[in-house]
Amino acid sequence: MPFEIPFVQIVWWAMTACAIGGAIGVVSSNNLFHSALFLVLSLFGVAGYYVLLSAGFLAVVQLMVYIGAIVILVLFAIMFSRRMMKPTEDEMNRQWLVSVIVAAALFSWLIVVVNSVSWPVTSAAPTADTVLQLGLAFLGSYLIPFLVVGVLLSAALIGAIFLAREKVEAEEI
Amino acid sequence: MDALRLLTPEITITIFAFAIISLDIAWNDENKSRRILPWLAFAGGLATLLMIFYIWPHVDQYNYTAATDAGREVPMLAVDRMSLFFKMIAVLTVILVGLSAGEYVEKHTPFRGEFYGLMLLAGLSIMLLVSSTNLIMIYLALEFLSITSYILTGFLRRDARSIEAALKYFLYGALASGVMLYGFSLLYGATGSVDLATIAGSLETTQAGLVVAAVILMLAGFGFKIALVPFHQWSPDAYEGAPTPITAFLSVGPKAAGLAVLIRVMVVALPAFDVNWTPILSLVAIFTMSVGNLVALWQTNMKRMLAYSSIAQAGYMLVGLAAWSAAPPSAVAYLGGVDAIMLFLLAYMFTNLGVFAIAIILENQMGTSEIADYAGLIRRSPYLSVALLIFFLSLVGIPPTSGFIGKLFVFGAAVNQGLYVLALFGVFNSVISVAYYFGVLRNVFFEKGSDESPIRVGVAMNTVVTITVVMTLLIALYGQPFIQLAADSAQILAANF
Repeated sequence: MPFEIPFVQIVWWAMTACAIGGAIGVVSSNNLFHSALFLVLSLFGVAGYYVLLSAGFLAVVQLMVYIGAIVILVLFAIMFSRRMMKPTEDEMNRQWLVSVIVAAALFSWLIVVVNSVSWPVTSAAPTADTVLQLGLAFLGSYLIPFLVVGVLLSAALIGAIFLAREKVEAEEI
Repeated sequence: MDALRLLTPEITITIFAFAIISLDIAWNDENKSRRILPWLAFAGGLATLLMIFYIWPHVDQYNYTAATDAGREVPMLAVDRMSLFFKMIAVLTVILVGLSAGEYVEKHTPFRGEFYGLMLLAGLSIMLLVSSTNLIMIYLALEFLSITSYILTGFLRRDARSIEAALKYFLYGALASGVMLYGFSLLYGATGSVDLATIAGSLETTQAGLVVAAVILMLAGFGFKIALVPFHQWSPDAYEGAPTPITAFLSVGPKAAGLAVLIRVMVVALPAFDVNWTPILSLVAIFTMSVGNLVALWQTNMKRMLAYSSIAQAGYMLVGLAAWSAAPPSAVAYLGGVDAIMLFLLAYMFTNLGVFAIAIILENQMGTSEIADYAGLIRRSPYLSVALLIFFLSLVGIPPTSGFIGKLFVFGAAVNQGLYVLALFGVFNSVISVAYYFGVLRNVFFEKGSDESPIRVGVAMNTVVTITVVMTLLIALYGQPFIQLAADSAQILAANF
């Protein structure tokens, strides 16, 4: 038997390193700009998971929306405000010890719980045309959530415009 | 097509919400929008309420099998009597808050279209949330409610306290949503389904530890909306900083929605499961009641005091759910305790919105909501003083007010299931609450205020106070129809949409 390279496993570990390492970088860096760049790494790792799970469409959406749009917007916002570019903020505050204890306790509890369960595994092969299936689901079984998302986004948009728009003459408190 | 009839209330309120926002843009005439938009919001609420009553007799015809026959593999919503009851609560809240907001909005912000439009949309999100039978739908509706609430909380965008309140609400809310989603993912991973009824069918007893973890994580999300201890820290700041009508809305709407979805998840997804939920729910209920009441004792601001008081009231409601969970498992879905919660909620809605209506009237007149400024109210407005007395009697739970009936049923349900300690804690907490409610009343009736000018009450405000006073007394004095309504409404379907 020839030697086989466990390609999927290697990619999985690489993506995990990206996702977790990036997340640690986000919270431990005391420069906001660096944090945003680490966020790109973390989100890229998650996109890699989607590829491994044969969800190509989601992976592309993850790259385009999260990295391509949201993080870029965050980076612009940081660059436009001069004060934020300087690493002045301390990333630790008075409650760091309590946070560490609570987070560690929660983490170990979840580890125990997750390991105690036999997770069901589906034997079905992944569908090839995910985009077609996604479209059918949106306009079939998931029609109501799809419509609700539309209304939700309209409300969020109206709210965002309202909060960000310039001061109006009649406005007083 | 016929089943679409069940969604007419949601469709109606959406149409009115977007009509208000569009007309606000279309009308350049300041005067026109000022006069008409509040009434359009009122009409929207009323039309939605009529639609709810219109479909009420028909809900029993649609059940789960009818929906699956129609080719829907993944049910999303259940329009059953419980959800209709909670929708009625949501719409009544929107109507009463909308009526009492008029003068306040007039005074504080030129953005009427956004205010009333977003409030109707918040009502829509509650209506969706109380119907959701699917993890995806629950998350969407909860996020919808959160986003509209954040915006409305920060609506006075030139007021630093309003913005601070919105920011705190948002940060806590984002964290709570994330934790809740992790709970959802555990349930989905264990069962391979997002539908509550399917989850109930495929959970195995070996997964008990996982289910406990998932429920505790989900409780963070639902408990955040209800403001259960220990997920309550946002609420005093948000309540104090938000525009007062929105505070009134937050104290009833999201609480009702969170309770409804918690009840549905417990009843539908985890009915005869091998975990005894009573200790968890009882503990949360006891902490919520006690922390709310004890901290309320020290408050000097009316809005902040009412925030803690409404935390305590949510604790009483949770007693009903603990009573439900303590019942022995049986073949038929047992819903004792749930009807008590609904009766309590109905009483609480009218009472609390009445208190807030008075707080809004006084804030419009005096510009503050400090309890010290309530001194001598009896000379300035005897009607409002007596109304306040009735509302506070109801919040404490003293007959002849609706709060007494509500507490009687909730604590009665607990005693029925042998939860004597829990019921005792509830009664004990009610006694503590006398102190701070009557502290305000002492100010109102026996202190002498610096200002003796009479309080001016507009027509809309007068209507709200009168309706809430009448309902607060009526539910107690002629309680049978309301008790019957709550008992009839304790019916939950797996899904029909």
